[in-house]
Amino acid sequence: MNEQIKNILLVGVGGQGILLASEILSEAAMLAGFDVKKSEIHGMSQRGGSVVSHVRYGKEVFSPIVPEGEGDILFGFELMETCRSLPLLKAGGAVVANDLQISPPSVLMGHEVYPEGLVENIKTRFPDLLLLDGQQMAEQAGNVKAANTVLLGAVSKRLDIPEQFWIKALEKMVPSKAVEINKKAFLMGRACK
Amino acid sequence: MKEILSGNEAIARGAYEAGCLVACAYPGTPSTEILENAIKYKEIDSSWSPNEKVSLEVAIGASFGGGRALCTMKHVGVNVAADPLFTLAYTGVRGGLVLVVADDPEMHSSQNEQDSRNYARFAKVPMLEPSDSQECKEFTKLAFELSEQYDMPVMLRSCTRISHGKSIVELGERITDLPTPKLQKNPAKLVMLPGNARVRHPMVEASLLKLSQDGTKMAINRSELRDKSVGIITSGVCYQYVREVMPDASTLKLGMVHPLPQELIREFAAQVDKIYVVEELDPFIEMQVKAMGINAIGKDIISQCGELTPGRLRTAFGLPQNLASQPEKLPGRPPNMCPGCPHRGVFYALNQLKAYVTGDIGCYTLGFMPPLSAMDTCVCMGASIGMATGVTKVVSDDEKKKVVAVIGDSTFLHTGINGLMDMVYNNSTATVVILDNSITAMTGRQDNPATGFTLMDDPAHAVDIPLLCKAVGVKNIRIVNPLDLEETKRVLAEEMERPETSVVITNKPCVLIKRENVYQRGQVYSVDEDECLGCRACLKIGCPAIEWRPADDGSKKGKAHIDSLLCNGCDVCRQLCKFDAIGSKK
Repeated sequence: MNEQIKNILLVGVGGQGILLASEILSEAAMLAGFDVKKSEIHGMSQRGGSVVSHVRYGKEVFSPIVPEGEGDILFGFELMETCRSLPLLKAGGAVVANDLQISPPSVLMGHEVYPEGLVENIKTRFPDLLLLDGQQMAEQAGNVKAANTVLLGAVSKRLDIPEQFWIKALEKMVPSKAVEINKKAFLMGRACK
Repeated sequence: MKEILSGNEAIARGAYEAGCLVACAYPGTPSTEILENAIKYKEIDSSWSPNEKVSLEVAIGASFGGGRALCTMKHVGVNVAADPLFTLAYTGVRGGLVLVVADDPEMHSSQNEQDSRNYARFAKVPMLEPSDSQECKEFTKLAFELSEQYDMPVMLRSCTRISHGKSIVELGERITDLPTPKLQKNPAKLVMLPGNARVRHPMVEASLLKLSQDGTKMAINRSELRDKSVGIITSGVCYQYVREVMPDASTLKLGMVHPLPQELIREFAAQVDKIYVVEELDPFIEMQVKAMGINAIGKDIISQCGELTPGRLRTAFGLPQNLASQPEKLPGRPPNMCPGCPHRGVFYALNQLKAYVTGDIGCYTLGFMPPLSAMDTCVCMGASIGMATGVTKVVSDDEKKKVVAVIGDSTFLHTGINGLMDMVYNNSTATVVILDNSITAMTGRQDNPATGFTLMDDPAHAVDIPLLCKAVGVKNIRIVNPLDLEETKRVLAEEMERPETSVVITNKPCVLIKRENVYQRGQVYSVDEDECLGCRACLKIGCPAIEWRPADDGSKKGKAHIDSLLCNGCDVCRQLCKFDAIGSKK
C-alpha cells in the first residue's frame, strides 16, 4: 500500500451530482500541487444506477482506480450505496455519509425492502463515521441543492489540502451565481467535527 | 498551462494541437465526449455522422483532400466501419488520419468486450495505446505525424478507464504550418481496383515492417529496468496497474501495440529472468511474443474476460489482498428509464400484448428490465428489424403476429433503415416500432439527422421519418402518442394483426432534452390516499417516481406514493388507476 497517496471514493445514485463533487476535489488537489487521477463510469449508470467515482492524489499516482481495500475515505451520498462500497475501504478508513435513503426499483415496487440498520452496520465495521443531514444543512446555507457541497466541506476537513485551494476550485467549477451559497455550504460542512 | 482532463478531452485537445481540420463520429460510450469536446475548437469542423462507416468515409475524404482528420468510435463501431478501414490501409492517406477506438473491457456500457487491437493487426493499421490523459494528447499528435510519415491511417486505442479517467495535462499550442488542403489527383493510389491494389499491398507490408523496426527507437516504447528477476511487458491502463501493484518490477511499456517493436522486446527479454505480459482481454501481445520464441506468461494467470484492477492483478501474481471488509447482499440498483420517459408506455403495451420483441441498442433496451420485461433479443445497432424479418420466416402464421421490432430514431437512421428496406422488399409481416424521442439519448443527448440540429448546434434539415418509411415502400405507417396507453395498445394490436409490414412511430421527446420548446414537463401528479386501494396497478410501469408504501401493520396492504420531485407528469400512471386515485396536484 502506498502511504503517500490519498484515496477517496465518492458513491451514490446517478443524478446526485457525484461527478461535480469529484471534479471539485480533483481540482483542489491539483491546485495544491499534487498529482491527481480520477475515474468513474458514465453511460448506463447515469439512469439512476449506482455510481462510484475514484479520486487519488499524491506525489505520483499510477492506477486511476483506488485499489480494492485501500480507500482512505468513503464519501457516501446515499446510505445503501455507502454500505455497498465499504469493501473498497482500508481497515480504519473514514466514512462521511449523507443520511439519505433512495429506494432502488425493487424496493419502489414492493418486491424488496430497503435494508434497516445501515448506519449501525457501517459504524460497526468502520467506527470513524460522520453522518450528516446534507439536505437540511444546505437549506440552512440557503439552497437545498448545495447538499453535496456541505458534505464535501466535511470531507475536506480530513484531507491535507489547504482551504484556499478548495475555495478556488469551487469558484472555478460552480456556476458563478451559485458560488457564494456553495462557499457558505462548504465552510459549514468543513466546520463539522 | 496545466488542466485536469479526461482521456477523451485530451484526445480532442491533441487533435486541436495537431492542426486537425475535420472530426467526426457516431456517439458511443466510452468515446462520445471526444467529439463533444472537439467543438470547443472552432478551427475543427466537427460533426455527428449517421453511423461509423459514414463517419470514417468522411474522415477519409478529408484526408484525401489534404487535411488532417480525426474519426472516433466505440469498439463495436469499428465493426460497422471495417469495410472502409481495411481498404484505407491500402490507399494510405494524404492529410494524417487518426481513428480513435474506445474499448469497454467489463462491458460497463456495451454488448460485448471485443479487443480492438485485433483490428489493427487484421486491417494492417498501426495502433498506439496511451495510458493516461497526457499520453492521450501526445499520442494523438504523434499518430497524425506517423500517419503522414508512413502514409498509413493510425489507430489510437483507448478504453473506459482511459477515456473516462482524468489526470493532469500540460497544454500546448496548435501547429499552424500545415499545407492548405487543395484537390490533387492520384488515382493509382486512391482507386482500389485490383491492378492498383496489388501494387499497394506489398507497400503496406513494407511500411509495417519498417514501423516495427523504427518502433525500437521510439520514445513511446520504453524499457524501464528495475528488479531484473521479473520483467513485465504491458501497455495502456494496464501499465498503471503494474506500477501500482509491483513498483519494483522491470517493465517494457509499449506505446505502440501494432506493429510490435520486436527488437526492443528481445532486448528487454534478454535482460530479465522471467517474462510476463499484462494485458486486458485477448492475449494479443502474448501470442506474438510467444511466436518470437520468448517464453512469456500471460493469460495463464490473467483472465481474458473483464477489465483488470489492481486487486485482480494482485491475485494473478499471488500477492496478498488488503480487504478489510467483505461485500454484503444488498438490493441491486440497476439503471432505469427516467420518470416520464416516452418509452415506458410502449413496453407496457407490448408486455400486455405478449409480443415477441426484437430489441435494439439505446435507453429502450431497459425495456428488458422488470416489471416491463418486454424485450426478447438485443444483438447490435439496427439488428431489431432484420431479426424480426428472420423470425417471421420460420414461425407459424399465428406466431408471426407476435413479432415486433423496437428501435430508436438514431439507431433507425444508423443501420435500421437497411433492415426496413429488406422487410418490405422481401415481404415480411412483422411490425416495426420506431421510438422517436428526437435525440440520441443513451449516450447523453446527441443530435442526429432527424433532430434538426448539428453537433455544432447549427439548424439542419430534419429527416422526415414517416416519409422515409413511405419511400422504402411501407404502406401502413401509424403515428401514436406513447403517453396515451389505450391508443398505443390499440394501434399496436391492429398493426401486429395485419399480414403486411407496418411501422408504428411514437412522437414524444426524451424528458432530458434541454433545447427550448422540445420537451415540456407536465403537471406533477399525486396519489389520493383515501381513494388508493393498494391494487399495485401503477407499479407495473416501473416508474422511479412511484413508490409502494407498505401499511404499518406488517400486512401485504399498502398504498402507492408519488415523489413530487421526480414526477414529470407524463400521465401514464393515472391511466392505469381504476379508482381515480391519481391526479395532478392542485
